[in-house]
Amino acid sequence: MVTAICRVGLPEKRLIGIMSVPLTRDDVQKVAMLARLKLSDAELDLFTNQLGQVLEYVKMLNEVDTDTDAIEPMVHVAELRNVFRDDELEKSLSRVESLANAPKTDGQFFLVPPIMEGT
Amino acid sequence: MSITGLTAAELLRRMEREELSCVEVTQAHLDAIDTHDQQIGAFLHVDADTALAQAEAIDRKRQSGESLGSLAGLPVAVKDMLCTKGQTTTCASRMLQRFVPPYDAHVITLLKQSDAVLIGKTNMDEFAMGSSTENSAFKITRTPWNRDCVAGGSSGGSAAAVAASMAPLAIGSDTGGSIRQPASFCGVVGLKPTYGRVSRYGLIAYASSLDQVGPFANDVHGAALLMQTIAGYDRRDSTSVNIDVPTFTKTIGKPLSELRIGIVREHFAEGLHVDVESAIQTTLDVYRSLGAKIRDIALPHSRYAVATYYLIASSEASSNLARYDGVHYGDRADQFDKMVDMYAASRGEGFGAEVKRRIMLGTYALSSGYYDAYYLKALKVRRLIQSDFDQAFQNVDVIASPVSPTPAFRVGKLVDDPLAMYLSDIYTISANLAGIPGISVPAGISSDGLPIGLQLLAAPFEEERLLRVAHMFERETEWHKQRVVLESN
Amino acid sequence: MHFSTIIGLEVHVQLLTKTKIFCGCANRFNPRNPNVQTCPVCLGLPGSLPVMNREAFRLSLKTAMALNCQITRFTKWDRKQYYYPDLPKNYQISQYDLPFSSDGWLEIETESDGSSAFQTDSPLSASSKTKRVRLIRVHLEEDAGKNLHDESGQGADSQVDLNRAGTPLLEIVSQPDIRLPQQARAYLEELKLLLNYLAVSDCNMQEGSLRCDANVNLHVQTDDGEIIPTPIVEIKNLNSFRGVELALNYEIKRQIEQWKQTGQKLGDVEKETRGWDADREVTFAQRGKEEASDYRYFPDPDLVPVSVSEELIETICSEMCELPAARRCRFQLEFQLSNYDAMVIIGQGRIFADYYEQVANVCGDGKQAANWVTQDVLRELNDRQITIDEFPIRPPELSALLTKITGNEITTKSAREIFSELLVDMGNGDEGKEISGARIDQIIDQKDLGIVSDVGQLDAIIAVAMGRNKKAVADFCDGKQTAIGRIIGEVMREVKGADPKLVRKMIVDKIGS
Repeated sequence: MVTAICRVGLPEKRLIGIMSVPLTRDDVQKVAMLARLKLSDAELDLFTNQLGQVLEYVKMLNEVDTDTDAIEPMVHVAELRNVFRDDELEKSLSRVESLANAPKTDGQFFLVPPIMEGT
Repeated sequence: MSITGLTAAELLRRMEREELSCVEVTQAHLDAIDTHDQQIGAFLHVDADTALAQAEAIDRKRQSGESLGSLAGLPVAVKDMLCTKGQTTTCASRMLQRFVPPYDAHVITLLKQSDAVLIGKTNMDEFAMGSSTENSAFKITRTPWNRDCVAGGSSGGSAAAVAASMAPLAIGSDTGGSIRQPASFCGVVGLKPTYGRVSRYGLIAYASSLDQVGPFANDVHGAALLMQTIAGYDRRDSTSVNIDVPTFTKTIGKPLSELRIGIVREHFAEGLHVDVESAIQTTLDVYRSLGAKIRDIALPHSRYAVATYYLIASSEASSNLARYDGVHYGDRADQFDKMVDMYAASRGEGFGAEVKRRIMLGTYALSSGYYDAYYLKALKVRRLIQSDFDQAFQNVDVIASPVSPTPAFRVGKLVDDPLAMYLSDIYTISANLAGIPGISVPAGISSDGLPIGLQLLAAPFEEERLLRVAHMFERETEWHKQRVVLESN
Repeated sequence: MHFSTIIGLEVHVQLLTKTKIFCGCANRFNPRNPNVQTCPVCLGLPGSLPVMNREAFRLSLKTAMALNCQITRFTKWDRKQYYYPDLPKNYQISQYDLPFSSDGWLEIETESDGSSAFQTDSPLSASSKTKRVRLIRVHLEEDAGKNLHDESGQGADSQVDLNRAGTPLLEIVSQPDIRLPQQARAYLEELKLLLNYLAVSDCNMQEGSLRCDANVNLHVQTDDGEIIPTPIVEIKNLNSFRGVELALNYEIKRQIEQWKQTGQKLGDVEKETRGWDADREVTFAQRGKEEASDYRYFPDPDLVPVSVSEELIETICSEMCELPAARRCRFQLEFQLSNYDAMVIIGQGRIFADYYEQVANVCGDGKQAANWVTQDVLRELNDRQITIDEFPIRPPELSALLTKITGNEITTKSAREIFSELLVDMGNGDEGKEISGARIDQIIDQKDLGIVSDVGQLDAIIAVAMGRNKKAVADFCDGKQTAIGRIIGEVMREVKGADPKLVRKMIVDKIGS
């Protein structure tokens, strides 16, 4: 059974348009921010170049017409449905175990640098 | 005859007859690790005391006549990507160098229940991202056949451990070829099961819809034995499939009559190493001589597999690896300015270049404005790739191909060219996208003395057929019996 | 120039399951014991995997159906990605483009309204209007943990407690159909009541099991009839119903001023997020995100989709209790209650209404039962700060008491005395014990509260009382009707259970004879 499980997506022509915009160093910087990765200038240059090559390569997907029919986007391999667990208590970890791998705690809580509301 | 280098079946037989104790077997393999692993770099952690204690306990059980598990006394090396309770599990990443899981992966629980001896945790590409085990934050793993060449990856440590007779069996994981390709580079058997066949619970995720745990062994029987131990439904993994697991070792010796093998013309085109091509052609002749029919099949979308794979795997990875932020576990940077910078600095320091590249690619592919063009498009092409296989398996029992375009390449050769490295996965990646099982079996030696693997693929949950077909070949040839002779350190 | 207010509410409700949404840890408010309801799954430890709690999904379906939503037959789970220390995986498992339900509505009682589009006359009451607030969607997601900030300003580290992480959370998003702050409050009260009836959430705002964000902007109607929408502001983390109303009132005034000063229209500036300072009673601008949010939603590969079958929907439908609106309507018809009484009784929650209904059914006088539960009982509950299920006088005893009034065995006044006496019992070390019907008869005997209709006994006492109050008798004869009150009072003091009406009639008869 095939059921629409994803957004249908933009038409082919638009996609080709999006893919043909070259990747800039600025784009890479923005993506690094989204991904919370601090990159050195050298890394930024290198990644702009390398990711640009990969994006250039994956453009080949434009050769495949996915507008025709409804091609069901494949998120999962198996068509499994309705996998549930019963609402039954299971053993939790102790606090000591829960905090054991944390870089910084006060024995009760995980500690992080002060967060201001809304940041 | 030396203990190391024996097959799992032979070791089991000798331990059952009490010709060998489990402690002797374990000690012999620990000695092999001691002697050879400096050159190979297969292991990240070996806890000899714990392994010997397990071995002693199993010997005691045997002496007192208790019933023993199916792997009783067999040393098993485990990729450092599966959580082991109380034992460091690093994914070969600086980020997790001090991570000690408070729980066992499902596969680890099954191994313990079957009385295996967990001999050590093996090296890998960081977070399984790579095809050479050069991306480990800690060391490079080399194929025992030639220490100038890589072991393949990402499960290079597990493949090399078996190839160097440091363990008869090993566990790896395969997201785009990470079991089959190192098996080929190291001259051992490696099986990637159907997606959903083995629980992923406790397998540190790289790309959730592609990752699958599987066995390495020094013969097909060993792979079958380990496979039937780790396979099966697990309620803690929602994507685990509740379907019976055959006892593969029982049926493995039965050849398939009227076997139909599919081959894809394009697989034998440009870029394929001449020795690999001739090795594969020879294997096909072997099958012909056993009565198999070789048929041409078409997998028209397989040429898009690498592009599709890198978009999907990187997208999922960018999300799966978001949790490594220096808050709840993992390493936190020493120097940072406030919260956001703490995240970025910790992740910037904790991850290696390839991991960063894939996180970046995946973040980009999922980001606003690009989702449809990259991620969604890739999901649709993935469906077409799967449909190609569905159609192909209407007409053939298995598909045969090379595992990798070349034998093991030299250390350092591809590290600066990520795209070329990605393209080396061209034969293995489609099976992950389609979720089908695949096996790599030793099928030749190159003119440079490096092993060459044959890949066989089958329809979903047809591991039994895959193992039988692999076994048909194995018993006609001697490739799997070759053992590397290593000098001591 | 005319301003109308456009309000939409986003409500988050924690579901009352035993365990969390994706693991077997307890779902329980437990701030004193941080990080103990935690396991590899809800800590987001490497290698752990989520498995959906069946009961959480069932409660979600039940709620959405009670909110008149369309149930999507095929639904899935998505990852919403953002970094925050209370979100251990740095993504929240939520629902994006295929929520399990959409397009519902909730009716609220409202007095006035700035618009007429969604207003219908209530079938029951001409005095109040029923307004239908449409719902965009209801979806299921996981709650985050809790960050505790250093309030001292010393810049100490923030603390993270993950006990709450992975609590099943329903997000209920309304259309911007609400026009006034008091309607927003009415909507929240009605929603809370409904959730109480369904027993899907305890809706405790102090503990955060019900949380509300409000989106508000203005439609400015210029003198030539053009309607200009102003930028939308989201007010976050409103933690009381009163706070919602106050914050919206404040925000509307602020936005009118802002419009007058800047003339900014919708689209001119980015959507602003403001917080509510409950102490100063003002909204305040929250520091902007360092980047525009890009949640990079995508389907969670670790969770499989859900197909909702017709059978499941029918099963849940058949298990559905009577909902507040229907019950309000039935009480008015069945027990001849006023709209007001029905509102008060239903509004106290399902158990209170059950209490009322039992009393009304047994004593046979719904109106009298309503007077007692909405006045005497409710007053006691408020005084004692207890809930109806902790109230010592149970429905059988209260109805026994009320039956004695309707059966003319005791007066209403005596009944109140007995009621108080019963509660005094509870103050004498009998707390927690229920009161038996036999105790009522005992009090009537002890205090001699039974209605005395023995004319012979009364006759003598009335004669004595009249003899002592000759002036009152004379005044009455002069036409001063109230004068005999004094005589009635004396008789009543003498004979506790005397029926005042009977006494009065006998006095009047005596004077006239």
